[in-house]
Formats: sequence, C-alpha cells, structure tokens
Amino acid sequence: MNTAIIILFNIFLGIGVLVLTTMSLAVIYGFMRIINLAHGEFMMLGAYSVWFSTSLGVNIWIAILIIAPLVVAIIGVIIERTIIRFLYGRIIDTMLATWGVSLLLIGTVTALFGNHVRGLSTPLGSFSIGDYGVSYYSLALVVISFVALFGLWAVFRFTRFGLIVRATMLRPEMAAALGINRDRVYVMTFALGAGLAGLAGGVIAPLAGVFPSMGMVYIIKAFIAVLIGGPAAITGITIASSLLAPVSVVGSFLASSVVGEIALLTLAIVLIRLLPMGITGRWPRLSL
Amino acid sequence: MTKRNDLTETVGVVGASLIAMILAPFFMDQFGLFQFTVYIVIALFALSQAFVWGIGGIVSFGQAMFFGIGGYAYAILSIHFGDSTYGVIGSLVFPGIFAAVLGYFIFYGRISDIYVGVITMAVSLMFLLFFNASSGDGYAILGVPLGGYNGIPALPPLNIPGNPASTLGYSAMWYVVMSSLLLVYALLRWMLTRRFGKVVVAIRENEERVGMLGYDPRRYKLATFVIGALIAGLAGSFYASWGGFISPTVFSLTMSVQVIVYVLVGGLGTLVGPILAAIALQMLVSYAGTQAAVDPTFLLGTVLLLFVLLIPKGFMPAIMDLYTRAKQGRAQN
Repeated sequence: MNTAIIILFNIFLGIGVLVLTTMSLAVIYGFMRIINLAHGEFMMLGAYSVWFSTSLGVNIWIAILIIAPLVVAIIGVIIERTIIRFLYGRIIDTMLATWGVSLLLIGTVTALFGNHVRGLSTPLGSFSIGDYGVSYYSLALVVISFVALFGLWAVFRFTRFGLIVRATMLRPEMAAALGINRDRVYVMTFALGAGLAGLAGGVIAPLAGVFPSMGMVYIIKAFIAVLIGGPAAITGITIASSLLAPVSVVGSFLASSVVGEIALLTLAIVLIRLLPMGITGRWPRLSL
Repeated sequence: MTKRNDLTETVGVVGASLIAMILAPFFMDQFGLFQFTVYIVIALFALSQAFVWGIGGIVSFGQAMFFGIGGYAYAILSIHFGDSTYGVIGSLVFPGIFAAVLGYFIFYGRISDIYVGVITMAVSLMFLLFFNASSGDGYAILGVPLGGYNGIPALPPLNIPGNPASTLGYSAMWYVVMSSLLLVYALLRWMLTRRFGKVVVAIRENEERVGMLGYDPRRYKLATFVIGALIAGLAGSFYASWGGFISPTVFSLTMSVQVIVYVLVGGLGTLVGPILAAIALQMLVSYAGTQAAVDPTFLLGTVLLLFVLLIPKGFMPAIMDLYTRAKQGRAQN
C-alpha cells in the first residue's frame, strides 16, 4: 500500500518536474519556432542565481520564485537582441547558434564558479510514508509546477498580451499592419520563455545540486515532451509529460533509474514514429 | 564544377597529403606525431559528419553514437579475441547495423529535419546514460566488464592482421590512420561522381523532385546514414586504440557538437573543408588548453556562434566565392 502511494507520488513528482522544465520550450519552440538548445543552460543560470543570492543572505523562496526568473529573463532579452533576432525562420541555424550559446554559458560559469557541485539545503522538512521519507519540498515543487502551468495557460488564454503574442506568431505581417511592434513581441515572448527556464532551474536547484552542466539532464526530455506534444504547445506538454513520466518512474522502480530513462526515450521514439505531428497534431497551430 | 576540376582537386588533395604523410615522421618528434595522429582520427570522424550532413543534408546531431559504438566494439572484441583485427571489423559492423535500424525508423517514418536532429541527439544521450551506469559485474559483454563511468582501460593497440604479437608503433599508427583518412576521402569523392552520389546530393537540394523522378529518397538517405556510421565507427576504433582507453564520454554531446563545428567552419557541402577545420581547430583548442587562458568549451561555443551568425556557409565556400569573384573581376577588365 505504502509502496503504491510512493509510486503514485513519484509519478506526480515526475510529471511536475517534466512540466516545469518543459514550459519554457513550449513558449520558445511552440510559439516562436526556435529550437533553444541553450534551454538547459538557462535553467543552470536560474539555479546559480538562487545559489548566489541565498549565499548573500536572501530568503530562498524570494530567490527561487522572483530572482531566478528575473535574472534569466534579462539574460534572455540580451541573447534575443544580439543573436536570435538575426535567425528567425532559419530553424537549423537557431539550433546551432543556441548550441553555441549553451557551450559559451557552460564555459563562462565554469570559469567563474568552478566545475563542482554546490549544494543547497532543501527548505521545509520531510514526512514519512511507511519506510519512505518524502520531503515537503518535492510536494511544493509539484504545486509550483501546476500553478505555473495554469498561469501560463491563463496568460495566453485571457490576457491581451497573450492574444497579441499568438496573433503575431501566426501572421507577423498582419499584426505589424495593425500597429503591433513585432520586435517587441518577439523579445518579450523570448524573455517570458527564458524566465520560465530560470524558474525551473531555481526550483530544481535544491533537489539536483548546482553545477555548470546540470542542464544537460533535462534538455533532451524537455525537447521530446514538446515534440511529442505537438502544435498545441501547452496542452501538448501536459499530455506528453503525463505519458512519459509514469513510464520512467515505473521503469526506475522495477529495475533502475537508467532503465527508466531508456524506457522513456524508447517510448518517445516510438511515439514520434507513430504520431510524427505530435499528440495534438490535428489541432491548429498556436492553439493552447 | 566540371569533372576535370573535380578530379584535379581530388588528386591534388590526396597527393599533397600523401607527401605530408610520408614526411611527417621525419619532421616531428614522437609526441608531436602521437598528438597529430588523434587530430587525424577526429578529422576522419568529422568527415562522416561532413558526408551525412553536408553532402546528404541529413541533420544528424548524434554522430558521436556511431563513434562511440565503434570504439566500444573495438575495445570489447580486441580484448576478447586478443587480436585488434576483430575489433576493427566490429567497429564497422556494429555501427552499420545500428545505423540501419535507427535510420529505418527515421527515414521510413518520413520524420522532418528537426525531429531527426533531436532523435539522433536523444539516442546518443541514451548510450551515454547506459554506459555511464554500466559499472559492476552485471555489465560485461563477452567477458569484458564495461566499467561504467570509468570505461575500459588497457586496450590492445592495433596489430598486423592475424598477428597479435606485432603491434604497431607510433609512426606505423600514423601511417594507418592517415592513409585511412585519404582512402575514405578518395572513396567519397569517387562516389560523388557516380550516380549514387549525384542522387544523394539531389535529394539534399530537393527531395520531392527526386522522388517524382522515380528514385526512392528514403533508401538513399538510409544508405548515406549507414555510410556515415561506418566512417564514424572506424574513427571510433582508431580513437580507442590510439589512447588505449575508452569511456562513456565518447557518447557525450560535446563529442557530437565538436564535429558539427568542424563541418560548419570548414563548409557545409565540402569534404576537404571539414578535415582542415578539424585539424586547425584541434590545434587551436589544445594550444588554448596549454595556455590555460580560455576554457575549450567556451572556445568551441564562440566559434560555433560566430560562424552561424557571420559565415554560415563556412570557410571553404566563402574562400571559393572570393576566388570566383576575383576571377570574374579580372575577366571583366
């Protein structure tokens, strides 16, 4: 019984982590059609901002929920203005350029802070289910992910900003003709996506540890979730995460975490083969 | 380019390299030669990326998996049989088979470019994860423990086929590696003058039209992918025998991105460019490493970024453009 509860909890945690680490791509790839291979490094920067600001004595929740997204959003603005804006529409080139950014960021952070793991103490305590200890922080992570996911959906569904972004991505010329500043929409959308990656990195930091190449673990799974999700980015990543995470968790439970990962990736390849357009492939592009 | 020009280029490149190959051991000390051998091995690896991506237009971002499979096949078979001949054969067979299976899924599923990039990347990551976790007695192939994160040490060096006792020294290894690179290069150039090569290039330019003309693009792309895997596998086996050691890092993203950078810098669509870029950039990175001023990852990222933004065609085509423009300018005067 307890084992069942633990597995169920881990499945939710897995979905939460996957959703959290994928939302940024749902915005940057789903809306803007940019393959951001520096996604993992945006997360890494978020994690480092949390580590750095808490070491200066800032409250950890403020660091995670406000400072990390803000710092990475600002870095996102700089990267969009200096690099990405020259590459819109050249999808393979954006992939290569952001890969370059990713290496550059890893190199810079390694040079600045060294190539070792910085631990952050997990806030909140833990409770036990049977023999298993569960930290309250992982519960908080699940809650934060779903609140953020709902918030993202609400922004695109109900606000004027969301409507303008979707309109601009769908028909850039028409939006510009109606007096919308295209460049500003692009930069703001990219900043939103980068900020979400920063949030993800900040939230993951106390669990995963902070080190320069920490983003690599998440990036492939995040991309797979977005690609499997298909054109309706937000619904897509939610369904994809709910399919992939349980496979990985059950695989880890039955054999080892490596088997879990391999099961996840295998399922992903089969899904892409069966549904090349993604789960929401029949939905119109830029639906939610 | 005319046929004659093509032939002159191939003969010129191969001839010049042959001279360099024969003379190098007389002008370099042993360590320099040893170091240069691995540059050539990686250049061979870059050649596989150049062929698959530059010539075939297949966005494979995971060539490192074939390099790694080749390396591990060499390690396991050479240790098991005590003769590196089997290792080298295995380093062609296994990457080839794996590429055929993976390529079947990719090309017969008519998966679009972006997905190909992400899938190849994901699969090489899968290998990285698996081999990283393969420590302990449970993980042994043919009685050779995989060693997990630490890899397999003490690999036998290359030996004369069928005679394990006579292993190759530094200069012999150099000759083998260098002549393999030249042989593969010449074969690829020859292939490009044949019907098969022309179809492959045509598919890169316009897949749909080639399909309409009655060729099956899927079959040609699969063949391109497998040939690329064979080359990468061979490079992997040389890499393993060169260092006498193999570890899961051969599957890492850095390994894949490295050759992507070489191809991009050397020029998409050329074969000489990536080889030269591979050698030059490795010299640069190792120089930067000895200076301890710049982190090699940082350097690689900067080069990649600069080329995508400023010279997306790469060096060779950019220089060719300048050359033709200069010639035209002179003709007009």
